[in-house]
Amino acid sequence: MAEFLIETIGLPSWLAWTAVAAVAAFLILNVIAGGALVFIWAERKIAARIQDRLGPTRTGGRFGWLQSLADGIKLLAKEDLMPDGADGMLFRLAPYVSFCASFCAFIALPFAFDVVGLRLNVGVFFVVAVLGLEVFGVILAGYASASKWSLFGAMREAAQVVSYEVPLGMCVVVPVMLAGSMDLVTIAEKQAGWLTNWYIFHDPFTFVIFWVYYTCAVASVNRAPFDLAEAESELVAGFHTEYSGLRWSFFFMAEYGSMFLVSALAAVLFLGGWNGPVPIASLLGWSDGSSLSAPYAVRLLGCANLMGKATAGVLVMMWIRWTLPRLRIDQVMTTCLKYCTPIAALMFAGVMLWQLFLPGGLVPGSRHQAAAVREAWLEGRGDRVPSTNVPLGVVPATSRQVVGVSQ
Amino acid sequence: MTECLLAATTWLLPFAAIDWHGLFFLLFAAIACGAAIMVVLTDNVVRMALHLVLSLGATAGLFFLAGSEFVGAMQLMIYVGGTLVLLVFGVMLTAQTQLVSLRTPAADRVLAGILAAALFAVLVQSAVSVEAWRRPGRAEVSAPTATPLGMALVGVRVDGDAAGHESRPLSGYLLPFEIVSVHLLVVLIGAAYLARAKRRRTPRAVELVASVDPPPPVQARSEAGESASVLVGGGR
Repeated sequence: MAEFLIETIGLPSWLAWTAVAAVAAFLILNVIAGGALVFIWAERKIAARIQDRLGPTRTGGRFGWLQSLADGIKLLAKEDLMPDGADGMLFRLAPYVSFCASFCAFIALPFAFDVVGLRLNVGVFFVVAVLGLEVFGVILAGYASASKWSLFGAMREAAQVVSYEVPLGMCVVVPVMLAGSMDLVTIAEKQAGWLTNWYIFHDPFTFVIFWVYYTCAVASVNRAPFDLAEAESELVAGFHTEYSGLRWSFFFMAEYGSMFLVSALAAVLFLGGWNGPVPIASLLGWSDGSSLSAPYAVRLLGCANLMGKATAGVLVMMWIRWTLPRLRIDQVMTTCLKYCTPIAALMFAGVMLWQLFLPGGLVPGSRHQAAAVREAWLEGRGDRVPSTNVPLGVVPATSRQVVGVSQ
Repeated sequence: MTECLLAATTWLLPFAAIDWHGLFFLLFAAIACGAAIMVVLTDNVVRMALHLVLSLGATAGLFFLAGSEFVGAMQLMIYVGGTLVLLVFGVMLTAQTQLVSLRTPAADRVLAGILAAALFAVLVQSAVSVEAWRRPGRAEVSAPTATPLGMALVGVRVDGDAAGHESRPLSGYLLPFEIVSVHLLVVLIGAAYLARAKRRRTPRAVELVASVDPPPPVQARSEAGESASVLVGGGR
């Protein structure tokens, strides 16, 4: 896109890069904010239907689809309260810390081939690392509220998130191992083609580990049945008891953003990313199978595909939330440490052995494989390192190129 | 149309002269240093933790800016994520009233100041003495990735070409890697062993029925309470 601006319209390169960066940031922000609006409405409707109610019906016509917009306006108009004895700076800062962590993780998430904020060499690692930071905002909120409910909620959340990062990390490593890369774009590219190429159907172990991943993802974004941090029947509202108005809504945007993020990550890692169950684009002859030459229409299709999968993941989370009762804190810990972690470890070993011994996998023989990997890497290095003046595509491949707009 | 666009954006022209790389470097460096100073100057432990997060996060930003994404993500995960969550944990679970306001004695401040100044002097001296860094202008470096390191850890060397070791491939670091892993595993198991809840053996239900004496009710109740509160860790 930047090169299009430079060549066709004749903008100077620095301006083109700035414009492209602004557009990318704007789009990502809208995925979170717009997504939150839609998902809150969807959650209310789904909850209502599961509980044999109607849910919102009046605002904005038949299905009440403007309900969350009305809620948003109400939240904007609410008074911003802060309890006496609260630590003012931390109290005000906490929602933004949470939201920023959620937003930052979206930077490295690919929506389609080359439609990614920043294509990181270690994308998976970055997303998981940044996602773990969201808990810091919650801890700050719990501490700064000067309320026992908030503090309890924050401590529970901290305990839970720190524990669940262990099995979550183990599950995430499996697709990395299968693809031989931590680059999210590469991982999704390796699953191109039919449904059978998805890593969830790679072997029985990956099928199991997908569900472990999903469980851990639900727990790490604090959704029911793991929503102990805001258990309303015990802790009023947990860590955001004392919040109101816009700050409160920032916590919610962060939560819905994270839900979408972990679902999209599940889609990229296990469900083929933007490669559909049926390779429509190559069947229709729009692309020759390799994404490098794919026209923008195909990328848009892939983008819709990934968003659809991620949305499905979020909807399943809602379904789970309104179906299962909340676990106790000891049950949450038991689920993590006694079930998820050992299962993930076993499946990890299983996938490793499968790769090693079964033909049709990546590895006929480890030594041959090593040579192949090395060749592939050396070959890829030649492609990967052009001079910094040449833009690669929609988005530059390294952070250096993003900031080097003046060169 | 192009002319119109360009004319509309002429007020942006001064931005073209800015060295964005240098600007972002300075920004992140300023955040890192300022937050680090705030860590020292603040009294409140939780605010200290916040400033430490800022400082370490800005350092991660510097790594990303330098193109070493792996180190940056590592910095985020290990330092910003792990350490600080655990720090906040420790702060909150330990005596809170003493730590809300930390006052450092003046003697300690002086001592720490001298130590920090000495370390700073050494670091500056060693940093300035590196010949290659003093050249004006930036050297074009190809984007470094963690791939060669990761491959070397599993025994495949891809960085040997430049040195001309084509005939005899370099050996990887698989063995040291494994040794370190096993050591870490030992440490983890040891930590779990040390931190486990030390509970007395309670008679089982079958044995209770069989035994003549009924078990003391106090103990039974306390055991139940312990198993229910995992957060407290059963520290009796």
